[in-house]
Parts: sequence; structure tokens; C-alpha cells
Amino acid sequence: MLEIKNLHATVGGKEILKGINLTIKAGEIHAIMGPNGAGKSTLSYVLAGRDGYEVTSGEVLYKGEDLLALSPDERASKGIFLAFQYPVEIPGVASATFLKTAYNAQRKYRGEPEVDAMEFLKLIREKTKELDIKDDMLKRAVNVGFSGGEKKRNEVLQMSLLEPDLMLLDETDSGLDIDALKIAADGVNRLRSPERAGLIITHYQRLLDYIVPDFVHVLADGKIVKSGDKSLAHELEEKGYAALSAA
Amino acid sequence: MAIRQETVEQVASVSDKYKYGFISDIEADTAPIGLSEDIVRFISAKKEEPEWLLEWRLKAYRHWLTMVEPEWANVHYPKIDFQDIYYYSAPKQKEKPKSLDEVDPELLEVYKKLGIPLKEQEVLAGVEGAHNVAVDAVFDSVSVATTFRERLEKEGVIFCPISEAVRNHPELVQKYIGSVVPYTDNYYATLNSAVFTDGSFCYIPKGVRCPMELSTYFRINAAQTGQFERTLIIAEEGSYVSYLEGCTAPMRDENQLHAAVVELVIMKDAEIKYSTVQNWYPGDENGVGGIYNFVTKRAACRGENAKVSWTQVETGSAITWKYPSCILQGDNSVGEFYSIAIANNMQQADTGTKMIHLGKNTSSTIISKGISAGKAQNTYRGLVRMGRKAENARNHTVCDSLLIGDKCGAHTVPYIENQSRTATIEHEATTSKVSEEQLFYCQQRGLSEEESMALIVNGFCKEVLQKLPMEFAVEAQKLVGISLEGSVG
Repeated sequence: MLEIKNLHATVGGKEILKGINLTIKAGEIHAIMGPNGAGKSTLSYVLAGRDGYEVTSGEVLYKGEDLLALSPDERASKGIFLAFQYPVEIPGVASATFLKTAYNAQRKYRGEPEVDAMEFLKLIREKTKELDIKDDMLKRAVNVGFSGGEKKRNEVLQMSLLEPDLMLLDETDSGLDIDALKIAADGVNRLRSPERAGLIITHYQRLLDYIVPDFVHVLADGKIVKSGDKSLAHELEEKGYAALSAA
Repeated sequence: MAIRQETVEQVASVSDKYKYGFISDIEADTAPIGLSEDIVRFISAKKEEPEWLLEWRLKAYRHWLTMVEPEWANVHYPKIDFQDIYYYSAPKQKEKPKSLDEVDPELLEVYKKLGIPLKEQEVLAGVEGAHNVAVDAVFDSVSVATTFRERLEKEGVIFCPISEAVRNHPELVQKYIGSVVPYTDNYYATLNSAVFTDGSFCYIPKGVRCPMELSTYFRINAAQTGQFERTLIIAEEGSYVSYLEGCTAPMRDENQLHAAVVELVIMKDAEIKYSTVQNWYPGDENGVGGIYNFVTKRAACRGENAKVSWTQVETGSAITWKYPSCILQGDNSVGEFYSIAIANNMQQADTGTKMIHLGKNTSSTIISKGISAGKAQNTYRGLVRMGRKAENARNHTVCDSLLIGDKCGAHTVPYIENQSRTATIEHEATTSKVSEEQLFYCQQRGLSEEESMALIVNGFCKEVLQKLPMEFAVEAQKLVGISLEGSVG
């Protein structure tokens, strides 16, 4: 599904990613852990195609295609979803409008018929019910006045609706209490399937109790310094990053 | 709700830079170029006007000669040569058409190209069962088709070209014309009084709720023809009317002057809702060829509990100079101004309102949303005046500016004059930018860059868009997206 080969990237002229190699196959969930400033969020932004995150060398293949040649919206429509660490507020745009617009934009891109308001409403109500999210959130402007937890839940709701093939979660657990964490994890687990894959960026092992990864990688100073199975996450929790990145 | 959700699709479906940039070639019957007493007399004679109106025009013309062009607005343009403008042109017709079948098919084609809402196209095409929006079509200064006159007549509503009202209802026209905007008012209004060619007249009798939204489509067509529309709406005691005005113009190289006057008279317990979508040609990326729009719009709330509400979406014109105002004379009368002004590329907009509180317990609300992109300059200029007798008068102003890119400008110039000890005046203003973060967030969900921009800007304008009648809201949302094309990246 995703092949990252010797990826180097700079932000504002400073090299942040210094040769990442990572292969994610369909059906797999990978977790990336690491200290602050290791380049975790940069990796997610590079994959999603954010402006100002410049790839200096290396390549990324997504479903065999050169991912870096695609615009952010093309990447989204081809099934890459990034759950933001800090979801952005869009005043005046109701969440329902935003979701429907995004949903139909992606369908249109893929040559599928767009859904009308009624169909969409039915669809979104199913999702909010599944995720135990109150419908009134749909009427509120996107992320405006949302608590930290609500913002993250909104991200998970968007992801459930858009049903991406590759889920990128950037510190979705930060700022969540345990109940919200469970809901978020539940959203991801519902999407888990042999056809889908996920890359979960997190600081703490806590989220991985609920979304159990197939592989865990440690990112330090722009490189993956260690890879293993889920037991690596526990090890990190006990020993800290310093010990590992020094190794 | 559903309509609002369609915005982005609609924006996406419009691909041309300026799809209304076409020119139809209906022959014009034109007065000689330039302005003189003879031209004023020519116009009056063409319109078969009574003596009193000619006299009024001439008074205005003579007064205009003594005036100087105002320069206080934050707009810059080459000096207008008023002798290089045609003041009268009309599509050639042997007789006035008696029904739509007799209307020039080319005209109907023009309306189709303009994307006039289906409902109204049906009305124009004369489809049976088409309803509820009466269109008094103003084409090149002369009204060509008027629909639904009969149904309105049943209610006693008069809705017709103003030249016709001059003939059929002279007592009403004579009583009210110039009563809100006198012929001495300002440079452009005075010019308009001298040379106005057409416009709409609307009279709603006592206690009548107008059974449909009234709408007029303006269109500037013949090259170098200034348009001087004059609109007069009178709402008698306890009546209500919603009036829609929408405009587009063809692409042209020369600047075109437009100086309209709109007068609204609102009696006790009556209400007028006046909505405008203005999409005149703004000029190209370098500002060449756009329309100059110098408009005087004013409403007088003459009786108790009278209410007026101006809603405008201003996306076009090279220069916009426009301040729809409310004179709140009757006790408890209410004035509202909801505005979206978009300036892109080299456009300049200086727009706002005046709320003149004279009566007790009068209240006014101003919500202004200014959007600047490209190298455009967008100025909000608003006056709130509380007179000595305006006890417990209230005003609330919200003035928000949105900037796209770093070469444009937003300016807010509020004037507040208070002579009332018990009045309350509130002014809020914000300036924000469309952030890279917001655009990326939308794109990450699958929206293209331009769709993202349209969505964010429509969100910013939401409070005002909600005030528009349904059929206009759709068009307005489309325009918001179209106007900002090319502003990203």
C-alpha cells in the first residue's frame, strides 16, 4: 500500500526527515513513536502533501503510484486521510455541509455519482450513532468552539464517513480523556480491514492498548531507529526514548 | 440548508473566468454622444413625459453643472469625460410587445445565458403554471417584458417601468420622486435626476402583502452607454414587499458608468426588503474595462414601526461607490443593512451604509462582510447618526474583513454622531485572513484549492447569505466562488 524509500524532507530550509524507510502493506497498522521534534508530524504532513514541507530526496509509492506528484486533494480522493493533531476551525461552515462537500468531492473525483442531501443525512446519522456522537455537532461550524475532545471525535467521524484506504493519525490521543480515547480507537478499529492500512503517530503507549498495532517504529532525529512488534511500545514506556535512540 | 450545501458543486461547475462576458447585438436607437440641455429634452421627449418632469430634469441638470465630482471616497480612477457618454439607447422596436411571444428571441437568449433562475426563465418563456416571481426586465434602459402584472393588479400592486408609471400614475410619481433623494443630493444622484432613462416603479397599497418577490434584472449592453436607472418603491401603511435586484454585464474595453438612484418610502407598519446581487464586469486582471458603479440608495421609514432591510452582495464592478441608507423617522422604525462586498484583482470598493435615527426607539443593525483578494482595496464606510429626539435609539454594527493574499487592503471607516443622551451604539470590527492551514485542511478532505476557498469564504459570509431570498442565495454563493477564482496561490 505504502512504500517510503529514503525520504528526506525540509521545513523552512531545515532538514527534518533524514532518510525514512518504511513499508506498510494492506491490512497492517503501524505505529510511530518518538520524542518531540523527531519528525513525526512532519512525516504525516509530507504524506498528505502540505505546502512548505519540501521533499529533497527519496520517493513514496502509494498503491504503486508516485504519491509525491499528487496534489493534497488528489491524495485525499485516492484514499489517504490525515486525522489532524490540531483540527482547524472553519467559521460559518456547518460540519454537515463540510462533510457533504468533502464526501461528494471525493466521489466526483472517483467518477461516482454524488449523493443528495437526504441520502447524505441518512448516511451521516448512521456514523454518528456508531460513534456515539451527538447530532448537534453536525450543525455547528467546523471545529469552532469545540473542546479538544470534540475536535478529535470530529476527525474520527470524518474518517468513518470518508472510509479511507490509508489512515494517518497524528497524535489523535493527545488531549483526550479515557472515554473519548475509546471512542476514537473504536472508530479506527471499525475501519480496520484486510484492504486498509494505518499509520498511527503517538507519543504515548496508551492509545496502542486500544488500537493494537502490527508494528511499532521509533522515530528519532528524522530516522527510524528501531522497529518491532507491539511489545516495543511497552518497552519504550518503561525505558523512555533516550535509551533507545542512543542505542 | 440543502441549497447552501450545493455551493461548492455549483462553484465547480462554472469554469469560465467570466461567463457573462458576451455581447448581444440588438440595434440601439441612440441619442447623440454627450450631455446638454438638448439631450435632457431628447430623453424626456423620447419618454413622452409631462412638462413637470422635464422641468424637474432641467433643474437637476442646471444644478449638476454647478457641482464638482466628489473625491472623498477611497477609490482611484481616471477622470470621467461626461461628454464622451451616450445618455440614451433603446433596443429597436416598432411597438411595445403585448406578450412574451412578441419579445425578441435574442433577448430571451440573453436571459438564458445570464443563468436567470429556472423559475424566472419559465416566466419569461411564458410557461403555464410558472409563478411567483414577477420580472420587470430592464434591457438597455427600456423595459421590454413585464410579467404578472395582472396578478399584482388584482392586489392593487403596481409594478412597472418608471416611464410607464409617469404616464399611468403621474400623481404618485410626482408626489414621491425626489422625496427621499432630492435632485440636489449628490453629484451622481443629480446627474441621474437629469438623465435617468428607466427603472422600476412599485406601489404596494395599504395592508397588502405583495404575493410574490419582485425582481428586476439590469444589464448594461450598448458600448459606452451609461445607465441611469431610477427606482421608486412605495409601501403604504401595513404593507410588505420583497424586491430583488440582480445585475451582470458583458465584457467591454471602455469603462462604463452606472449611476442609479433607488428611493424607498415606507409608511407606518410597512416593510420593504430590498436584496441586490451585483455582478457587473469588474475589468480584467489589470482592471481594464470594468464598470464604474456610483449608486445612491436610500430608504425613508416615514411611519411608526416601519422597517427596511437592505441586503447586498457586491462582487462586480471596477469601482463600487454605494451606501444604501435608512432614515429612521417614524418611532420604533427599524433599519437593517447586510452586506457582502468582494473585491479581487484591481477592484476598488467603497461601500457601507448610513443609519439616520430621528424617531424614538428606532433601531438599526449593520452587518458588513468585506473580502479583499489580489491587489484590491475594500473600504467599509458607515455613518450612524442619533438625532436629538432619537430617545432610546439603538445601533449594533459588526464589520468583518477577510484578506486573501498579502497585496490587498481592507479599510474600515465608521462615523458615529450622537446627539441623543439615551442612545446605544455598538461597533464591532474584526480582520482575519484565510489561513494556509484552513485551505490545507479542506484539501486534505478532498476539496480542490478553489473549492476550499469558496467554502471558507461562504462560511465567512454566512450571516449575510442567510438574509437573502432562496433563489438569490444560490446565485450569490456561486458568485462568491466565481469572484475569487484566481485569487489562490
